[in-house]
Amino acid sequence: MNQALATDIAIRNAIIDLERVNVTFGGEKNKTVALAETSLRIENGEFVALVGPSGCGKSTILKLVAGTLSPSEGHIFVTGREIGANDVRIGMAFQNPTLLPWLNIRDNVMMPLKIVPPFKRDFARKKSGEYRDRAEALLAKVGLSGFGDKFPWQLSGGMQQRASLCRALIHDPTLLLLDEPFGALDQFTREELWEIMQTLWIERRPTVLLVTHDLKEAAYLATRICVMQARPGRIIDDSVVPFARPRTIDVSFQPEFVSLTQRLRERIVAARAVHEVQP
Amino acid sequence: MSAAAKRQILSAICILGFFVLWEIICVAFHVSDLVLPRPSQVLVTLWTQFPAIWPHTVQTVYTTLLGLGLGIVFGLALGMLIGSSRLAYDVAYPLLVGFSSIPKVAIVPILVLWFGSGTVPAVLTAMVMCIFPIVVNVAAGLASTEPELQDVMRTLKATKLEILWNIGLPRTMPYFFASLKVAATLAFVGTVISETVASNRGIGNVMMIASSSFDVPLVFAGLFILAALGVALYVIFSVIEGRVTGWARRGDNFSAGG
Repeated sequence: MNQALATDIAIRNAIIDLERVNVTFGGEKNKTVALAETSLRIENGEFVALVGPSGCGKSTILKLVAGTLSPSEGHIFVTGREIGANDVRIGMAFQNPTLLPWLNIRDNVMMPLKIVPPFKRDFARKKSGEYRDRAEALLAKVGLSGFGDKFPWQLSGGMQQRASLCRALIHDPTLLLLDEPFGALDQFTREELWEIMQTLWIERRPTVLLVTHDLKEAAYLATRICVMQARPGRIIDDSVVPFARPRTIDVSFQPEFVSLTQRLRERIVAARAVHEVQP
Repeated sequence: MSAAAKRQILSAICILGFFVLWEIICVAFHVSDLVLPRPSQVLVTLWTQFPAIWPHTVQTVYTTLLGLGLGIVFGLALGMLIGSSRLAYDVAYPLLVGFSSIPKVAIVPILVLWFGSGTVPAVLTAMVMCIFPIVVNVAAGLASTEPELQDVMRTLKATKLEILWNIGLPRTMPYFFASLKVAATLAFVGTVISETVASNRGIGNVMMIASSSFDVPLVFAGLFILAALGVALYVIFSVIEGRVTGWARRGDNFSAGG
């Protein structure tokens, strides 16, 4: 590493820093640009929502930060170090609960403690003591106390998603990545989980990156909303959400909230219209 | 009486009925016991010849279990390799399919040439008979692991070995046990083929000698023993399967028992 680059890295204190990142799929002939020249900087403790139509590269950004996808061009820094070289703790929840069907809910929630250092070192010793209590306490917070011994298929979709949130949080991640975790739920369960999510975030203050196409969800939960457009995927709007916390569902009926979601909606619709005019 | 108990009794009556029908047909049409002995005759033979048959039964069981055990060890290892590596899949699959297409009777003489007659070729024949379904199922199970489950582990920065141990292997267990039930019966076939061709012990050998002296009831007694052993092994594996992989069938007893 040369001197200039080393200094460059030293002055970064953002937890996530995407620098002119390009992601392309396919060969020369049928090249798809999933993400074009995207830069995004997220400070420690922020709750950032990525919204936009499907195919705009929201999930691509999430995969880049999670380290399950490599950029075609550009750099991604997490806690000041290039992705892959850092040891930041990441928790992730997906649209599907993705619980392991052969483990009960408690063991599912405890899975990260088995894998992630420094917890994994003591896993064998603490799994039926301290770690078990930790999992039960977290399950109780999301309203699943007493369900630790159940298996995933014995729970409803909403309950599975709660357990999945617990699994994403059990190892106290610095970075929480949420890929439309409330997308497949009914309206009331969704709103209930927004509230739980907010409470957990206020308590623990991880940096959160939430991918969603629900503007209300974004405005309710996030401190900052990035609007994306498709083909090529890029960020076209970046707004701060000013409402005081803890927010309740009543906030979503206030004029400021409505006008914010209205404005974001118009930006997305406009971006789509431009796209549709193109051949 | 519960529906399950009724079902069991009904199936038991039907199975018993099959043997009774067999007996009746043999008596009614005066079928010679050189062609088809009556079930009662076979049972009598089993009873009277028991001291002579017993050591051979033990030999066959011992050989089969050893062959099956080796088949499980190598089958699991090979299946895991093939299921997790593209290159291993491309190399091993054609070889495996080719090898399993060879009639196993044809390889017994080769094994005898290498290891002499007796227990060793029988164990090896049992192994090569049962290894194919195990490898194919384990590989298929591993390959069909949902990418989402792997993503969960990858974001936690799990190593490949950790992913295999925590996701791949448990995910594969239902496939493995399904193959085991087939493999167990195939292992008996392998043992008996080898005993028939090149051994002086085992049920296969007993049947060989009995048929050459036209002792047809004894041949059938051997068949009955093999069938019973096969069923016993199948049942044992089914019970273990239910306990280990109940999650895949979502059985009601699993959460309480396992």
